[in-house]
Amino acid sequence: MATSNKEQIGRVLAKQGILIAFAVFMIAFTIANPKFLTVDNVFSVLRSSAILGVMALGVTFVVISGNLDLSVGSMMSFSAIVVLDLHDKMGPLLAIPAMFAMTLLLGAVIGYLVGYLKLNSLIVTLGMLSAIHGLTLTYSGGKNMDIADKESTWFGIFGQGTALGIPVPILIFLGLAALLGVALARTPFGRKVYAVGGNGTAATFSGIRRARTVFTCYLLSSACVATAGLIQASRSMGSQNTVGQGLELEVLAAIILGGASLLGGSGTIFKTVIGVLILGFIQNGLLLMGLQFYVQFVVTSVIIILAVWLDIAAKRGKLWSSIA
Amino acid sequence: MQSRALSKALKSGAIWGFILLELVFFSVAGDFMSVTEKAFMDWQNMLLLLKQSAPIGIIAIGMTLIMVNGNIDLSVGATYAIAAMVLLDSMTWPIFAGLGDWVIPVSWLLALSVGTLLGALNGLVVWKTGVDAFIVTLGSMLGYRGIVFMFNGENPTSHLNWTLVDFAEAQFLGLHTATWFLLGVTLAIWFLMTKTVHGRNAYAIGDNRDAAVNAGIRVGPHMMINFAIIGFLAALSAVVFYSESGSVNPNDGQLYELWVITAVVLGGTKITGGAGSVIGTFGGVIAIQLLRKGLGHIGADTSTVNLVIGLILIAVLFLDRQLNIKGKEELKL
Repeated sequence: MATSNKEQIGRVLAKQGILIAFAVFMIAFTIANPKFLTVDNVFSVLRSSAILGVMALGVTFVVISGNLDLSVGSMMSFSAIVVLDLHDKMGPLLAIPAMFAMTLLLGAVIGYLVGYLKLNSLIVTLGMLSAIHGLTLTYSGGKNMDIADKESTWFGIFGQGTALGIPVPILIFLGLAALLGVALARTPFGRKVYAVGGNGTAATFSGIRRARTVFTCYLLSSACVATAGLIQASRSMGSQNTVGQGLELEVLAAIILGGASLLGGSGTIFKTVIGVLILGFIQNGLLLMGLQFYVQFVVTSVIIILAVWLDIAAKRGKLWSSIA
Repeated sequence: MQSRALSKALKSGAIWGFILLELVFFSVAGDFMSVTEKAFMDWQNMLLLLKQSAPIGIIAIGMTLIMVNGNIDLSVGATYAIAAMVLLDSMTWPIFAGLGDWVIPVSWLLALSVGTLLGALNGLVVWKTGVDAFIVTLGSMLGYRGIVFMFNGENPTSHLNWTLVDFAEAQFLGLHTATWFLLGVTLAIWFLMTKTVHGRNAYAIGDNRDAAVNAGIRVGPHMMINFAIIGFLAALSAVVFYSESGSVNPNDGQLYELWVITAVVLGGTKITGGAGSVIGTFGGVIAIQLLRKGLGHIGADTSTVNLVIGLILIAVLFLDRQLNIKGKEELKL
């Protein structure tokens, strides 16, 4: 009886561990600093996490389908630069769809290479990271991009506006999360994504078109990246060529923290949102405690490794690995 | 059978063919488009190219060992920065003040030990927790970078020791100090991978880990040693580079992991493990550096270099797959 109880506790911990950790975290920070859990502070955390979060939503699909996407950071720089440039040339109403079309095209190229040509996603997206960065620099001529007339455009609403008292980036993030969460958990497409990532061969034999599913995942991912680029561009009305540099790894960190396996087949949108929030709140909590931003790097790294370790330790029923 | 031998020869020779192609292309194109009067195939230019390949090259040689194992190390850039920081900072520590120029070997030793330890720590975590190396080193990449910032905040750490600079700028038999280190490391790891039991085990583990375990190979310690080696090499790369430059920014070494992995993959190492060679990686490093220098020579800017290298990486992957399919009856999926 005692052992089965223990096993049960282990299973609950394994399944909800990240939620429990999140709760403990929030309580600890709130006790440490009463300013932590105020509406203003929560909004500021959510707003600064929104860009990373939107990107993480799309990459979650890619990761569940058993692939990686390292190109999202430089793709986000690309879309921010493009939309800012086109804004002054053709106005925001045309610039935004044009930017989405161009970013989706990049996503389609990756999706074709990984899905239909079955090339290794790590290398393909590593190559695209470099290639898209080059494309961005060529497009902008290496210069920062700014909107000439910042006063008379409504372009700022995506990054700076509020609706119903809530900042628009937060609304976009949570709205997309709800939409994609339903798409992943409640539609045939979502089930195909899990099937392809869990066991690609079995999925193929049961009539799922693997290539098309993977392709769609990358398309979705690039659509999310374009949205993130839009928020980024609109928030600061200007952008550097390297604005998204390094975000690809932060996105992966958030997804892993949420408990998705990099081997594919597991993970949910809800868990990814939790992962994004944990990263955001840790950063904010440590800053409120007066610690420098780089302390957060160290804390995050320990938390990522611990989270994954405890996750697989609970699954195998042993703390230490059985590697000889 | 013959077609397999052919495809193998094609694959191992491909990178050298590519280098040759680059040399010819940039020499010819350079005549028409060059911004300088100098020829691309200038002897001094080639020597400089070897020297500039050293920082990425030394790490890439180590990464070959890691990737043949079926692992990956994303933390090398951060380890590189920490080692550089330790090297330059320790030379100013008061306890070493009485040493005079003998502080140099002490600082080198300190920097190299720190790198080795950080690498071994990665390996230990991979071994003991069973967490995938990609995740462990993704985490430690962040963590080690945080430690770099803790050293000196966002300020650069600088210290110039002229004896050290003289040593780093010296040329022996025409080759620069950094080049000698690159060649030495290449030779040492080549020997390790092809002539020793450890090297044979590395291939066995990457090819089929379960089989390797059944054959009695102790996978955990083996991988830990390899991570310690790449940590050592990342530190060595920093030591070689910063002995000359004398100033390190906390952001230095960022994205090195991506350049290194690109070089290793160009050199024909399989990302899933079990296949690859140090000589191929050496070729990959030279090919990338040639491309950077060559494109600069014909007046293209850095953006083109990024674009071209990204596309070449994907093209290599595609060609490699085509070569693998040929001769094999692939299960149609």
